[in-house]
Amino acid sequence: MRLLASLFLASLGRRRFATALSLLAVTLGVALGVAVSVVNRSALDEFSHGVRVIAGEADLQIIGPRTGFDEALFARVALAAGVDVASPVIEVDARLAGRNEALRIVGLDLLRSVRIQPALRPQLAEGTAQRDLFDPDLVFLSPAAMQALGLKPGDPLPLQIGLATVRLRVGGLAGGFDAGQRAALMDIAAAQWRLNQLGRLSRIDLRWAAGGDTPQAREALRQQLPPGVHLLAPAHREAQAEALSLAYRANLTMLAVIALATGAFLVFATQTLSVVRRESEFALMRALGVTQRQLLGGVLGEGALIGLLGGVAGVALGYLLAGFALKLLGGDLGAGYFAGSRPRLHLDWGASAAFLLLGFAASVLGSLWPALHAARAAIAPALRSGHNPAPPPIAVHHLGVIALLLAGAGLAYLPPVFGLPAGGYLAVACLLAAGVLSLPAVAHGLMRVLEPLPGLVFGLARARVAGASANAVIAAGGVLASVALAVSMAIMVASFRDSVDAWLARVLPADLYVRSSGGGAQGGLGLDAVARIAALPGIARMDTIRHEQLRLRAEGLPVALIARPIPAAGAGAVFPMREQRAVAGDAIWISEAMVDLYGWRPGTVVELPLGGALHRFVVGGVWRDYARQSGAILIDLARYRALTGDKLVNDVALWLKPGTADTALRAALRGAFGEQIEIGSAGEIRAISLALFDRTFAVTYALEACAVLIGLFGIAASFAALAAARRREFGMLRHIGVTRRQIGAMLAWEGALVAAIGVLSGLLTGAAISVVLIYVVNRQSFHWSMDYSVPAGSLAVFALAMIAAAAVAAFLAGAQAMRQNAVSAVREDA
Amino acid sequence: MSLAVSGLGKALGGRALFADLSLEMAAGEFVAVMGESGTGKSTLLNLIAGLEMPDAGRVSLGEQSLAGLDDAALTRWRRQALGFVFQAFHILPHLDVRDNVALPLRLNGRTNAEARAAAQAMLDQVGLGARGASAPGELSGGELQRVAIARALVHRPALVLADEPTGNLDPDNAARVLALLAEQVRVHGAMCLMVTHSAQAAAIADRVLLLAGGRLQRA
Repeated sequence: MRLLASLFLASLGRRRFATALSLLAVTLGVALGVAVSVVNRSALDEFSHGVRVIAGEADLQIIGPRTGFDEALFARVALAAGVDVASPVIEVDARLAGRNEALRIVGLDLLRSVRIQPALRPQLAEGTAQRDLFDPDLVFLSPAAMQALGLKPGDPLPLQIGLATVRLRVGGLAGGFDAGQRAALMDIAAAQWRLNQLGRLSRIDLRWAAGGDTPQAREALRQQLPPGVHLLAPAHREAQAEALSLAYRANLTMLAVIALATGAFLVFATQTLSVVRRESEFALMRALGVTQRQLLGGVLGEGALIGLLGGVAGVALGYLLAGFALKLLGGDLGAGYFAGSRPRLHLDWGASAAFLLLGFAASVLGSLWPALHAARAAIAPALRSGHNPAPPPIAVHHLGVIALLLAGAGLAYLPPVFGLPAGGYLAVACLLAAGVLSLPAVAHGLMRVLEPLPGLVFGLARARVAGASANAVIAAGGVLASVALAVSMAIMVASFRDSVDAWLARVLPADLYVRSSGGGAQGGLGLDAVARIAALPGIARMDTIRHEQLRLRAEGLPVALIARPIPAAGAGAVFPMREQRAVAGDAIWISEAMVDLYGWRPGTVVELPLGGALHRFVVGGVWRDYARQSGAILIDLARYRALTGDKLVNDVALWLKPGTADTALRAALRGAFGEQIEIGSAGEIRAISLALFDRTFAVTYALEACAVLIGLFGIAASFAALAAARRREFGMLRHIGVTRRQIGAMLAWEGALVAAIGVLSGLLTGAAISVVLIYVVNRQSFHWSMDYSVPAGSLAVFALAMIAAAAVAAFLAGAQAMRQNAVSAVREDA
Repeated sequence: MSLAVSGLGKALGGRALFADLSLEMAAGEFVAVMGESGTGKSTLLNLIAGLEMPDAGRVSLGEQSLAGLDDAALTRWRRQALGFVFQAFHILPHLDVRDNVALPLRLNGRTNAEARAAAQAMLDQVGLGARGASAPGELSGGELQRVAIARALVHRPALVLADEPTGNLDPDNAARVLALLAEQVRVHGAMCLMVTHSAQAAAIADRVLLLAGGRLQRA
């Protein structure tokens, strides 16, 4: 047995190039999967830890909309039956004056919070007294914030709240925060006053008395809560954060799995070609008494070894990549779910083990068919002199292709499972499998189409690819998988980007936009500021917009509320409506996510918690929104103000009078408000938004590039193996007068033709997969609809580049065989 | 056109195969070279084909001397002047029989239509006219070697080099193939230099030479 094992091991060593490429393919696939999982696990662990630090030992939290709720609720909650201690909290993301960054300031009742968040407390600097804890000018920074801002106790810390600058001082360190958490602590009364939150609370943390947590007590507490304010367990907020990024993570993981599948194709291609080359060797072993099972086990063992080594290396590389990604892109890989977080690398044993196993399984599965072929091959013909080994012809399974296409179409119509497009993923797998099964037909069709093309060398290459279609199909399989992935993603991203671009043009109709620079929900512009803007010269029209968040369900993520003037022409005049209908009564218009998540449709009567009470509205239309995947509601500003009394605005849209220069109005705004407002033109905001969009997809481009690289490895590995097996053919050609250059050109053409088969199938399969990605996966994951848009020019360039790269890879891979002596090649069998 | 080999010297791995070997062949002549394994029969063919370079001496076919020709020039010369018949046939499995035979003509610049027509005519001459569209895998060993003979002669070469052309054939097929080779060489006015172990095969030649001790002598 040891002798047998050493024979198979020696085979891996002999074909070092192919073995190395297979290893690399499995390593890359596993590494990508591990990296995506580890980065997300790190970000979620960091977020969860942050939530736990701030929640302390709270059993429950009472949470309202972004603007918080009336502090009068606190007294009722604190006295509720079963409640041991209640701690009021205010949280504000305040902009640091003069810096383009925000700091989360947590205001706590320090006398109460010590019983729920004992670790979270200010540490007075030397020379300060206990009473300074309540000093309204003092703020205590977490060690991470202190270090990141380069401050020390006593340093001034000016904050911008609305249009006002609030000057605070650093009182010292705040203990209890996580090592990487940038935050600050204040006394709650000081925070409410200084941060313009008088009378408001963001949250109440509470702990039950022993035996106090009963269903009756919870229900009684719920009854106390005004509409839009909910009772939640701290762990629920962690789950919400996880849910927010779940679809993005799942989609990236799927991309990594497809990259791994491409790696499995490469293992399949190299193992098949190797097994075919070793037919005589295997026949001899069988003749000498090696059993079919031993042969099967040996070839599978080769795959298992590649899978194991590639898997282990992939896990290690995955952690390295994750470390780089966390430094470079952050915990959300640039998608914006955990903006500003720079989490440390966390170990994810589950994902590491899962991807190690997947890499192993991919490699073993890739070796299964070659192993069966090796075990079942007839012995006698392979032992004959002059035996010309070739892979068995691959049958065309028309019915199988049709069945897979129908299954894919059916699966695409399935609803999401736990918020994930499971049917969509399975449909993608079916389409990919249908693409692979249709490769022989595509190869046959393409070679027939190309038959009339002139040229001796091209003709020889075409005949070779047509005649050895099993080889071509095996080599083209990896190309198909990687091209299908790249093409489907390219069409999806192009469709998404074009739709976002068109959407931005619709939602940014004004010339200039003004926004107060910070201060959280209470940091908007007041009516006086709006009036000052309106009085500036050169303004033809002005719209004001207020952003708020509503919690419609305790377990759901907050929904964005956008209040802006709705013109007489209807909401369709200001927002990109997909559906609209005339309704009687107060109307709201909802984003597509609301349709998917809440089941609301035009005409649905709903109740919204506004101003502490529930108000009835009718859904008047559905609009396309790419900014908020948890849902958004558009409401008329005047109605919003009447119901809430909230007169603040976040954004002001300005249309210039004809002849007014953009720069002149900017100068006037700066003159009036200094640096306390942000000014942007529609073009600038559009450019920033599209840059953010591109950053979000940067990781997917990296995953696609890896898959494409693995596909090209497949071509190189296949041609290296095939060229070695074709030494006699090259020798004969050299005898009858074919030059080395012509053989090189023939190999390059063969590489190009094999790649063309894979690329053509990949284009067709990718286009089909993109339909599933756009209309099923994206819609179910992010609730975004988009218009189908094919980047034909880019795809054509990509396809040609892929074919050219394959030609070069085939040429280089075959160069060794071309160089060898023509004489010894034809005499090999003599 | 005649073949002139004079003063040929070649050493392999430090062992001298030939020191001063000479050979003359007249137009239309069929010469068989016999000898034990390792005496350099195949190397002699390779030196004449310009596939290996001699250490000394010269090879000329008609007015063309091989001395001083680079690889590209030798390749061009070979594709016009030589035809090959190998022991293992070496028929390209992915081309049909007719395209295999047409290959030397295509290499010499003939159009596809011209080459295929000439190949079909050549196949008719070797008795395989009905098998032009067949795949090589459908043919027997004897038939494959007849295809190889057709390919070796289709472009009217001055010299056909045959290396153990019957080594993979049974005696009946071997006899038929040799007869065909001799007949076709004569029909086309070419010379044929065949190396073989088989005295029976060599008997068909006009002249039989024995390669031993680095020299050619009449058998």
